[in-house]
Amino acid sequence: MKVWISSKEKKPMGLDQSPNARHSLQSRIPKNCHHWTLTRSEFPAVASSSKTAVNRRPNPRRPPTAYCCREISRLAPPNSPPDPASLVVAIPDSQTRPGARTLEEIQKKVTMGLVDSSGDLSGEMEVDAFRRLFPLRYYERHLAESIRPDGRTLGMARDTTLALGAVSSADGSALTKIGSTTMLAAIKMEVMTPSAESPDEGCIAIEFHMPPICSPIVRPGRPAEAAVVESKRLSDTILRTIWLVFCSSGMINLKELALVSGKAAWMAYLDIYCLDADGALFDAALLSAVAAFSHLQIPVVSLNDKGKIVAFTEEGDTVGKLEKEAVNKEKRKLTLGNIPFSLTCALHKKHILADPSSEEESIMETLVTVVMDSSDRLVSFYKPGGALAYTSLVTDCVRLTRQRMKELEKILDEAFSGMEVD
Amino acid sequence: MMMETDRKDGRTPNQPRMLSCSRNILHRAHGSASWSRGETKVLAAVYGPKAGTKKNEDPEKACIEVIWKPKTGQIGKAEKECEMIMKKTIQSICLLTVNPNTTTSVVVQVVNDDGALLPCAINAACAALVDAGIPMKHLAVAICCCVAEEGSVVLDPTKLEEQQMRGFAYLVFPNSALSALPKGSSLVDGEPLEHGIITSVTHGVMSVDEYLRCVGRGRAACAKLSDVLRRSLQKSE
Repeated sequence: MKVWISSKEKKPMGLDQSPNARHSLQSRIPKNCHHWTLTRSEFPAVASSSKTAVNRRPNPRRPPTAYCCREISRLAPPNSPPDPASLVVAIPDSQTRPGARTLEEIQKKVTMGLVDSSGDLSGEMEVDAFRRLFPLRYYERHLAESIRPDGRTLGMARDTTLALGAVSSADGSALTKIGSTTMLAAIKMEVMTPSAESPDEGCIAIEFHMPPICSPIVRPGRPAEAAVVESKRLSDTILRTIWLVFCSSGMINLKELALVSGKAAWMAYLDIYCLDADGALFDAALLSAVAAFSHLQIPVVSLNDKGKIVAFTEEGDTVGKLEKEAVNKEKRKLTLGNIPFSLTCALHKKHILADPSSEEESIMETLVTVVMDSSDRLVSFYKPGGALAYTSLVTDCVRLTRQRMKELEKILDEAFSGMEVD
Repeated sequence: MMMETDRKDGRTPNQPRMLSCSRNILHRAHGSASWSRGETKVLAAVYGPKAGTKKNEDPEKACIEVIWKPKTGQIGKAEKECEMIMKKTIQSICLLTVNPNTTTSVVVQVVNDDGALLPCAINAACAALVDAGIPMKHLAVAICCCVAEEGSVVLDPTKLEEQQMRGFAYLVFPNSALSALPKGSSLVDGEPLEHGIITSVTHGVMSVDEYLRCVGRGRAACAKLSDVLRRSLQKSE
């Protein structure tokens, strides 16, 4: 749906447009629409059906679509009763989902409910417009029926897919999609000299990138001191949390990354790229990092004459090369300990929404991220501010995370077995 | 059955360190406070409300900006994460609709870090906000609980203890409401208002039961702490 805002035409009286609305992208519409005060005359259909009828006719010379949503221009002309059947928008493609029929009914209820309840722009507002202008009320109407606008129940996460080996030049990689949120993780291995305090331990360096492709609020370049973009903070937090989760959950034993004690060890560079930010970024990032490590194939190396580790190349002629042997022919894959899985939940007045999309995250202020590992231990319970969470809520979130963990383990196993068949 | 882990400084597991809190120490800041727990000391200053919000922030509400200054070194990812946690915590306790389209800056300076730094900073920031007169729903009281190897819960660890323990949790609870309300009226789900968790950040691995035990201990400690805080704030009025 496009909202067409024209800044060149003369504004009629009564229309108060905030300066921010001129730069509108889809994401800014819900907040700034509070600044729009449309008079009755701009809504030709509203003038006919509202109880407090205003005696102003719309100006026939000025097109009524100038400052309204395009959909409203398709509405019935004045003085004719609104046709309810034409107002129900197409249901999102969720016919196969379990709640499809109830979703249609709810959408109908939402539209019908607008006729009598909200007194301001009621009557002929379509569902999409209501969703943009009053997002919280739109969501609350759905939550009252224990369903979400995309057809999911409150505890259901979005469809998750996992593709291993997405980057062929990397030693291990994975592409994860949770709903629309897409994360690409890739690992490259390099040989380095280990530090003196831990001569037989390798190292992992994690970088999390949010390039501007992922979201309209992310801009390229260094954010200026005065205006640090929220996404930079978010990416720093995700990075640190993933690092801490890997360290504390004991998923990776750094001693496995050692090659020659004191002289050579592996350095694993893990890069996670967010390709589409649509809510629950940490879940997708952690899942893709875990999958990339499971897919990792440590390259075979050998010691050359100077005592340096080089890549092992199998060459045709064996003259003079018989003594070179692979240093780590057997250990090609990491043995992973307890694998951590996470679930982000949004809390809103007693409702817990599992795996929120970015629209839900922006409306609901309280987010909780629970990370548990496969031996049922709590790796992290992260709740930065927001509404108060009581013990029942804590246990509910943990229960939802356990459910999600089972689903994710199955998906990871399936992706693995699919890969091994090849 | 609970083993009394004897701590290096001779405290019992339930005993937090010496607390000292003072307000109005900086004269140019609109509000300031210093909070120290044993060796950990944090200084917080509040400037605001100033006109205008930052970019990308909602102009219908007041905006909170947190600047975290470490004791040494450059500002890195850890500081940015602490800033974000503090910002979200303060946003949930302040009344943001009273002064829309304004920015309140909270500057936190770490004077010494000896364990439980983030809870100390949150307590200092709260006291500084009270000193500046920023409208708030209730205060936030923060504590650090850690889980020892054998599963017992220890309060307010030093830096050395934090590194040796299996895991620790920073917990922030709301200040208890005055008992002017009749008992039972402020119950939500059968739990009083001060049992809700505002913020929780955990490091290290622990079982779910251990985490819930930490929360229970933290609540009790915070109830005592909020009484001390209220008395000290009323005294210095």
